[in-house]
Amino acid sequence: MSLNSQDIARIAHLARLELHPQESERMLSQINGFFDLVEKMRAVDTSGVEPLTHPVAAIRDVALRLRADVASEPNAREQNQKSAPAVERGLFLVPKVIE
Amino acid sequence: MSTSKLIHGYEVVIGFETHAQLSTHSKIFSRAPTEFGAEPNTQASAVDLALPGTLPVMNEGAVERAIRFGLAIGAHVAPRSIFARKNYFYPDLPKGYQISQYEIPVVQGGEIGFFLGDEKKTVRLVRAHLEEDAGKSLHEDFVGQSGIDLNRAGTPLLEIVTEPDMRSSDEAVAYARELHKIVTWIGICDGNMQEGSFRCDANVSVRKPGQPLGTRREIKNLNSFRFMKEAIDFEVRWQIERLEDGLAIEQATVLFDPDTGETRAMRTKEDAADYRYFPDPDLPPLVIAPEWIERIQGEMPELPRLMAARFVADYGLPEYDATTLTQSKAMGAWFEEVARASGQPKLASNWIMGEVSRRLNAQEIGIEQAPLAAATLAALIRRIQDGTVSNNAARQVFDALWTGEGSDVDQVIEAKGLRQMNDSGALEQIVDEVIAANAANVEQVRAGKDKAFNALVGQAMKASKGKANPQQVGDLLRRKLGI
Amino acid sequence: MTQLHQFSVAELARKLKKKEVSAVELAGHFLGRVRAHADLGAYLATSEECTLKQARAADQSISAGDGGPLAGVPIAHKDIFVTRDFPSTAGSKMLQNYRSPFDATVVRRLADAGAVTLGKLNCDEFAMGSSNENSAYAPVKNPWDKSRIPGGSSGGSAVAVAAGLAAAATGTDTGGSIRQPASFCGITGIKPTYGRASRYGMIAYASSLDQAGPMARTAEDCALLLSAICGPDPDRDSTSLDVPAEDFTRALQGSIEGLRIGVPKEFLAEGVSADVRAAIESALRQYEKLGARRVEISLPRTELAIPVYYIIAPAEASSNLSRFDGVKFGHRAKQYGDLLDMYKKSRAEGFGLEVQRRIMVGTYVLSHGYYDAYYLQAQKIRRMIADDFQNAFRECDVIAGPVAPTVAWHLGEHGGDPVADYLADIFTLPGSLAGLPGMSIPCGFGEGGMPVGLQLIGNYFGEGKLLNAAHQFQQATDFHLRRPEAF
Repeated sequence: MSLNSQDIARIAHLARLELHPQESERMLSQINGFFDLVEKMRAVDTSGVEPLTHPVAAIRDVALRLRADVASEPNAREQNQKSAPAVERGLFLVPKVIE
Repeated sequence: MSTSKLIHGYEVVIGFETHAQLSTHSKIFSRAPTEFGAEPNTQASAVDLALPGTLPVMNEGAVERAIRFGLAIGAHVAPRSIFARKNYFYPDLPKGYQISQYEIPVVQGGEIGFFLGDEKKTVRLVRAHLEEDAGKSLHEDFVGQSGIDLNRAGTPLLEIVTEPDMRSSDEAVAYARELHKIVTWIGICDGNMQEGSFRCDANVSVRKPGQPLGTRREIKNLNSFRFMKEAIDFEVRWQIERLEDGLAIEQATVLFDPDTGETRAMRTKEDAADYRYFPDPDLPPLVIAPEWIERIQGEMPELPRLMAARFVADYGLPEYDATTLTQSKAMGAWFEEVARASGQPKLASNWIMGEVSRRLNAQEIGIEQAPLAAATLAALIRRIQDGTVSNNAARQVFDALWTGEGSDVDQVIEAKGLRQMNDSGALEQIVDEVIAANAANVEQVRAGKDKAFNALVGQAMKASKGKANPQQVGDLLRRKLGI
Repeated sequence: MTQLHQFSVAELARKLKKKEVSAVELAGHFLGRVRAHADLGAYLATSEECTLKQARAADQSISAGDGGPLAGVPIAHKDIFVTRDFPSTAGSKMLQNYRSPFDATVVRRLADAGAVTLGKLNCDEFAMGSSNENSAYAPVKNPWDKSRIPGGSSGGSAVAVAAGLAAAATGTDTGGSIRQPASFCGITGIKPTYGRASRYGMIAYASSLDQAGPMARTAEDCALLLSAICGPDPDRDSTSLDVPAEDFTRALQGSIEGLRIGVPKEFLAEGVSADVRAAIESALRQYEKLGARRVEISLPRTELAIPVYYIIAPAEASSNLSRFDGVKFGHRAKQYGDLLDMYKKSRAEGFGLEVQRRIMVGTYVLSHGYYDAYYLQAQKIRRMIADDFQNAFRECDVIAGPVAPTVAWHLGEHGGDPVADYLADIFTLPGSLAGLPGMSIPCGFGEGGMPVGLQLIGNYFGEGKLLNAAHQFQQATDFHLRRPEAF
């Protein structure tokens, strides 16, 4: 299978990436080049095989560890906003959000 | 599911998605506090802000509350459930994805039963899953810009999803009230709708009976029961008119504007459909051991429906009384105390549903804030029972107790001189005077006119300033008139 | 006589404890070399002030007799680890001048052990790459031949150690990012079992694959650092396992008499260049001399590891990198219209091409209608690959083979063809997908006199056995002691 330029545009939008036409072209050929590699993988019969998420689950159960419900995080707004592009009165500023 | 009344020949079909904020101290994946109303971003920790390198760590308290809910509605609590990422870009979503549950939620199935008037209804639940809340965008204060406050980001939510089982706005509201009652009753959610702790989305569609489901529109963030009904009624009218005009309904997300009383479609995100769900590789499966479920089962309070059933069985209350008295855990407990201490459950029920409720509603307070103790009401009921006071007098006593004029039932009775007159000597005198003063009535009574007899009793009661026992007065009159 | 930067971590730790050298003196020496060899592009950030402050503290703790095992040892961190004292960029323009309010767990643990931080090391952007040519700042040059790449993504780390710009360094390994640059630069590196080291504070690339590990001259040095790095992080990382920390140096005494070394036939197939094959074969003979037994095994899905990895890693990356939206931190475009435009421009400007490519691939394979065919299928084959390893470990104790099919190639040689880079990862990807511990140890030299690394793969939690196998090899050989001229 191979992607077309519409696919690239759709994905770029989903991923919130601005691609200029020539970039899209390059991207398209490179990604299609990569998907040729992938064909082999799609042919493999994986019926009855469980996906492996945490690698160590290959040999033992890995369960989610739970934390006691304790609020212990102090206010660190100043520190946390040190690298913020735009802040006013403690709020992160963005172009108007329309609902 | 349920018998449905048609509107202009259309059947209304409603399903609910409710986001209940879980009453944990800390957030679902971070140690930041969850209090409402703090200064912007002062409760947004590094994890909540998705700062590079941060990772989620699950809050046991949120899981525990999800289990409680599952048990409360007779659902299957999944021994193994999976957290997934719901990917989309929005400024109030710090990671660019929401951690939620998708294919395998923690609570599966279950149902919620309630009364619509005196009709028993049941709404089936599809699922309830754990997820994190987003932050807030504030549009007012900045020109052309929005301010993002991420204090709420990461607050634990239980999203509760029903089958499309509801057939009217009244049924939908009754369901929402029952759900609200349950989550507050079992203490997993504070139920504060103004603060957004209990947010309902209604999926509304209409169809001709027997037809497949119509296209649904989702009304978002219904945060009051009143708006809920208004919004659904408007939406139903709108859809029916559209169809009657031969137009199609497009699937949409709409907002209800309380001021105009209308719903309007939100600006549609064209890629909203493609959330690219996949299991969150930062979070191994959530495993819930049977022992844990058993322990929580043991700690569960008696649920409203069971308590109501018990009130019917043990106290002989009518269904209606029992349901009304189990609107809140506190009310149920208060009733039981009065019923036990007075030995008069039905009288207790009447007084609570009457005098007590009227005053609570008038003052907009809960039973917890009632100025008189359950034991005090019980004492008053005992005094009615043993004939010390008449019902009318009892109301005066109750009023004094409520306003704080007095606190001890007997003292109030004495102070107000409301004790019924049981001293027959004084009563005989009154009766004799009444007979003497009402020769005409006496004649008629002798002629067998009940009306006249009642008039004489009334006279005597009046003369006793209501303190006489009407029973006694009647007997005396009969004896003296020899009838 | 040996210069300070030519001693191993173990030797330096001893000298520091004996006060033959002070931490301040040592830090000064290394910082001087970092300045002198800035042309290699190994470092992205240094701070003499912070480093000397840490060094002085180390000297005090040594005098007080409570210095940790690494007290005063000067190391540097891959810029994937966030740090309070230095900017943390992940080699990306997106995070230019980003300051983290906290230290990564790995950084903190090494500091607790007494190590002194020299600075932050260059790497492929967000750890995506095998050549370090994807750094937004500067390509890193291989000290053995400055016209060649050092490997990636932990290229800066490998070069810092190989060129004596740090006694040791941290790296991260997602698909080979510790092992391959270690091999290309003639040093020793280990990636532990997935879940042994905390990922907290490691800027995420592919969550189910990322692991931290040390890069140093010798297996003994790696053991020292790995002992400090490993251990559960229950409060910060849900994927870190409840496996207690170990002192891996204890494992280094054992003999390897009778150790079964499995050699997958797929690892010495025609794809491998002659010079590399020769070095690997002689290393295997060396092991036999040491009493190990060579066992032929098969990892039948080795080739499949490439597509499987390059589906899973980009999928997870596309989601992990969504937080870089120009709202809370990181790059925001200067000019933009509405919110959507701000997102698209900020991300297009902030991310390099390879990162954008992987975000695109990842977004596509997760998108509606493709998930099952790609991501889910890949995760299933991933389990089959992990099972293949478990079968193999029934016949052997350790698996050995090349780290990469060739020695380090020349800068720009792959002409920006991503697939050419991907194919070169073939031998490191299977172990990564299975989450197994893996090492690279210097085992010879190939074309252009460039170093060749032998890859050793152990079973889950077999780091000790792995490090010992490497240590015994290094007791009998001196490849790990060779250093590029002028370094």
